[in-house]
Amino acid sequence: MPLFDSLYNFAGWLTGNREEAEDLVQETYLKALKGFSSFQQGTNFRAWIFRILRNAFLTSRTGLQAMRTVPLESDDEETAVVSATMDTPESILLGRASQEAIQAALEKLPVIFREVLLLCDVEEMSYQEISETVSIPIGTVMSRLYRARRAMREEL
Amino acid sequence: MASDIWQPRISRYVDAELSEEEMRAMDAHLRECSSCAAEALRQMQLKHATKLAARRFSPSPQFRRRIADQVIADQVAARRPVIWRWGWAPLLAAAVMVLVVAGILLSRSAEQARSQQLLSELTDIHVANLAASTPVDVVSSDRHTVKPWFQGKVPFSFNLPELEGSPFTLVGGRLTYLDHEPGAHLIYNIGAHHISVFIFRDQPELSRVFSTRESSKDVLKFHVESWSAHELRYFVVGDASDQSIHELTSMWKKAGNS
Repeated sequence: MPLFDSLYNFAGWLTGNREEAEDLVQETYLKALKGFSSFQQGTNFRAWIFRILRNAFLTSRTGLQAMRTVPLESDDEETAVVSATMDTPESILLGRASQEAIQAALEKLPVIFREVLLLCDVEEMSYQEISETVSIPIGTVMSRLYRARRAMREEL
Repeated sequence: MASDIWQPRISRYVDAELSEEEMRAMDAHLRECSSCAAEALRQMQLKHATKLAARRFSPSPQFRRRIADQVIADQVAARRPVIWRWGWAPLLAAAVMVLVVAGILLSRSAEQARSQQLLSELTDIHVANLAASTPVDVVSSDRHTVKPWFQGKVPFSFNLPELEGSPFTLVGGRLTYLDHEPGAHLIYNIGAHHISVFIFRDQPELSRVFSTRESSKDVLKFHVESWSAHELRYFVVGDASDQSIHELTSMWKKAGNS
């Protein structure tokens, strides 16, 4: 089953628990099988099946609650420049930060920021793929990525 | 001041989202600007650390098996309505008479479903691989580089065909799995098309569901050719022309016999 581990990991991060992640992945594969005719050959299969999973999550109780979470800031805000002269270099922070600390920082991110960060950094999707998966413009992808990373830096 | 121009591009640089020209310009700038170089390094470290830490949830073997079984059951069930539309009464009346025949047909139907499921899995791997950021584990157009790479990774050896004078280009290879069985996945280019060649040990189940030594099918718009030789099962999958798929198949068969 293609992308099974990736989808499961993504589902785990969206839902936060194993049972809901399993339900979400199961629902995704069943919907993908039933709706395979809607997949246009030559288009991005990975973005397609991740979008199915995300849409299934959005209609779940956990997803509805998560999406009501107040975002860090508005998407429309222009992406600011990260200062290159921060007092505490990332390298020192990351050196100190344990894997658990990074996971904890990720958990604290609102879902709309966590999902783009996971798709970009873990799944190595392009901005275009993320845009297709999450159904937002590329500018918003960049904006959310910027805010997610800034929040991670501040948390770490 | 110059950094003000470059700083906003660093995130896109780290995410490999700049054009080739912009990437080259950024590379040149980073060699000269310690401030931007430090920032790029910081962002890369955060990205890398996030990638490692975020691989947190992995499915249990039981859950994996359950979903695989469900996928198979779903595909088999999808065929049932055709039978039930005949009506239950005539079926009931005829059931005794055709019991043996029905048993055979059902057995074949299950095997056909299983065959279709395995072929769909291969086409899924083929499609997913096209979308992957790293489509091959060993990148080489040299068959003498690609073949040894598989040694120790798959429980068999095989010969790759000589491509000189053919329209095909070897992109590379990767390890793959079909039904928990490791296999070799070779990727070829012909024009704008990609063709996958899969090789697995010809397990009893593969022999049963692909009962003929050679077969040719169209699965979800992909042309698939399959054959067995020397206890190996080969699949050639792609959306290139039937002629191209067949030509590559012939070259592989020839290499397999040499």
